[in-house]
Amino acid sequence: MTDDRRQTTDGNDAIRIVFVGHVDHGKSTLVGRLLADTDSVEPARIKNVEAICAERRMKFEYAFLLDALEEEQDQGITIDVSQVIFKSKKRQYRIIDAPGHKEFLKNMISGASTADIAILLIDAEEGLREQSKRHATILSLLGIKTILIVVNKMDLVDYNQKVFENIRSEYGKHLASLKITPKAFIPLAAYFGENLVKKSQKMPWYSGKSFLEILDDLETPHSSEDKPLRFPLQDVYKFDKQRILAGRVESGVMSVGDEIVFLPSRKTGRVRSIEKWHAPVETKASAGESIGLVLEEQIFVERGEIACPLSKEASVSNSVLANIFWMGNKHLEKGAKCVLKLTTQEIECVVDSILKVINSSTLDEISKTAREVAKNEVAEVILVTKKPVVFDPFEEITETGRFVLVEDRQVRGGGILLKSVERFSAI
Amino acid sequence: MDALDKLENQSIFILREAYKKFDKIAVLWSMGKDSTVLLWLARKAFFGRVPFQAVHIDTTFKFPEMYEYRERYAKEWNLNLFVGVNKEALRRGVNYQNNDPVTVCHELKTVGLQQAIAQFKWNGLIVGIRRDEDGTRAKEKFFSPRNIDFEWDYKDQPPELWNQFQTDYDRDAHVRIHPLLEWTEIDVWRYVERENIPVVSLYFAKNGKRYRTLGCRPITKPVDSNADTIDKIVEELRTTKVSERVGREQDHSQRYAMQKLRAKGYM
Repeated sequence: MTDDRRQTTDGNDAIRIVFVGHVDHGKSTLVGRLLADTDSVEPARIKNVEAICAERRMKFEYAFLLDALEEEQDQGITIDVSQVIFKSKKRQYRIIDAPGHKEFLKNMISGASTADIAILLIDAEEGLREQSKRHATILSLLGIKTILIVVNKMDLVDYNQKVFENIRSEYGKHLASLKITPKAFIPLAAYFGENLVKKSQKMPWYSGKSFLEILDDLETPHSSEDKPLRFPLQDVYKFDKQRILAGRVESGVMSVGDEIVFLPSRKTGRVRSIEKWHAPVETKASAGESIGLVLEEQIFVERGEIACPLSKEASVSNSVLANIFWMGNKHLEKGAKCVLKLTTQEIECVVDSILKVINSSTLDEISKTAREVAKNEVAEVILVTKKPVVFDPFEEITETGRFVLVEDRQVRGGGILLKSVERFSAI
Repeated sequence: MDALDKLENQSIFILREAYKKFDKIAVLWSMGKDSTVLLWLARKAFFGRVPFQAVHIDTTFKFPEMYEYRERYAKEWNLNLFVGVNKEALRRGVNYQNNDPVTVCHELKTVGLQQAIAQFKWNGLIVGIRRDEDGTRAKEKFFSPRNIDFEWDYKDQPPELWNQFQTDYDRDAHVRIHPLLEWTEIDVWRYVERENIPVVSLYFAKNGKRYRTLGCRPITKPVDSNADTIDKIVEELRTTKVSERVGREQDHSQRYAMQKLRAKGYM
């Protein structure tokens, strides 16, 4: 181990991992211990936690390295997401530590939505709990496919293989029903660092690698560059004579000379130049780049429109089938009016039909004739929009297949679009 | 795209969202490396210009080098600069001889900012904080609302999914926009180097000392260092065991000091 593992973003970009699971199953402890064992926190920060723990007459609490708020330390829980960076010998990670308490599910969703890889923690002694299952459901809806399962606190069950195997079998079934195939199940005792960075001597029956070794072996997520071009318009600037269309390429590649069509207006144009300030002149821009676009023609287009190649246009529809999760305190009712936000589009919509409501923890269908979706539940719905929405099915292009629902100015739901459907009733 | 490109593109996206969504918007500039990088990113986002006010909340206790730098680059970059001073508190004799650092920071920075907001009615304020600076900043959002009393409700923050940010609030609230949230200290230096952005000379070592962060002169201490180039600074940061804000007295004067300062509206 070298000393060169601290907060750097040299070279490759950090992989984003989120830690989820039921409250008190040890997420912040695992992350805190990982930071300490990989030398990713300054000694001053560890000293500060030592002093706080001494004042509070408790043993050293690794979780306090992340749970910096006074209320979090008083109650021993995580309230909101922390982000920290750590570096293994192989690469760099951006850790998102999400709260496990049901009350803070929206914070968990917010944190997990940006992750490439998710780690689900289960307390070996407590076994599967409500949020262990619910979080798996949410991860599947967020489209996170790379998932590791950690069975934590093995010390509390005397490192007993049978406990681990039982959880693996029970949870494996639950995950299978969500079509999730975890990359690994790892028995671990985070507080003592067993199977965390190095392989543990306490669990000779476990033939797999340590948590960090497995993490390092996972493939890096790949970008949406190989998908068709989607360029949602963010704004139009006219600071001087030139009209610049500003936005970020969400998928694919845009090149000078390309013929593109803006949806839903269907106006077309040819790319004259790709504009950036204080940067080398580029003739193409790919997924993730925030650029200015200048067209050969002067056309009037607005924020929210999405530029596509003529040969591979996105879907345009007034009526879409979606899987959603709901975070609002007030139930989402059939007939409710919301604003659907997808890339830079903001479109009024109505919940036209609620086809299926599922308890996100047990996965039981709540009712065949449900007329509302309660907080923390997931549902299949048809949304009818006032103006056409431009999208791709989530399975085809992630960036243009996911959306949030805004009600009373607040983001209260989110989801993924499956396809365009026939309208069932008038808006 | 490398890591810096990704950070740059994300920050530009956020700045453009902010500019689109808020009709009265300003960027806070302390002349430090972070908020200077922020101005640079604004020029990237808006093709060479900063199309809103740049605001320096001036405690009047900064280093002379910082004031020289402010005058020079405000002119060179054609900034619409507003310098806000809490004259009332200064008249009352608030300073570092008479008061503790938390009080001075609150009076001259937080209250100073409140006065400026009352004058200009900004509903969006772009601020250059980073998550790696301290544990409470790690909990921040890209678009983070403050109520009329400037309070940060860190227990109930709006979710931020897939670059969808909540920007619609009551008129008396304002939103802090944090485009640098995901940058680290080393990222900032790498970017300063790559883009050749001028920074205050105090950051570079002289006679075995350099300033790692710049604040008010009476409560900002230099660190031992021989790093007189950006490469040496990056090398130093890779191996240091000392946190960035160790030289900033207001952070350490009491337990949870940053949380308390920030809950009341400190940056």
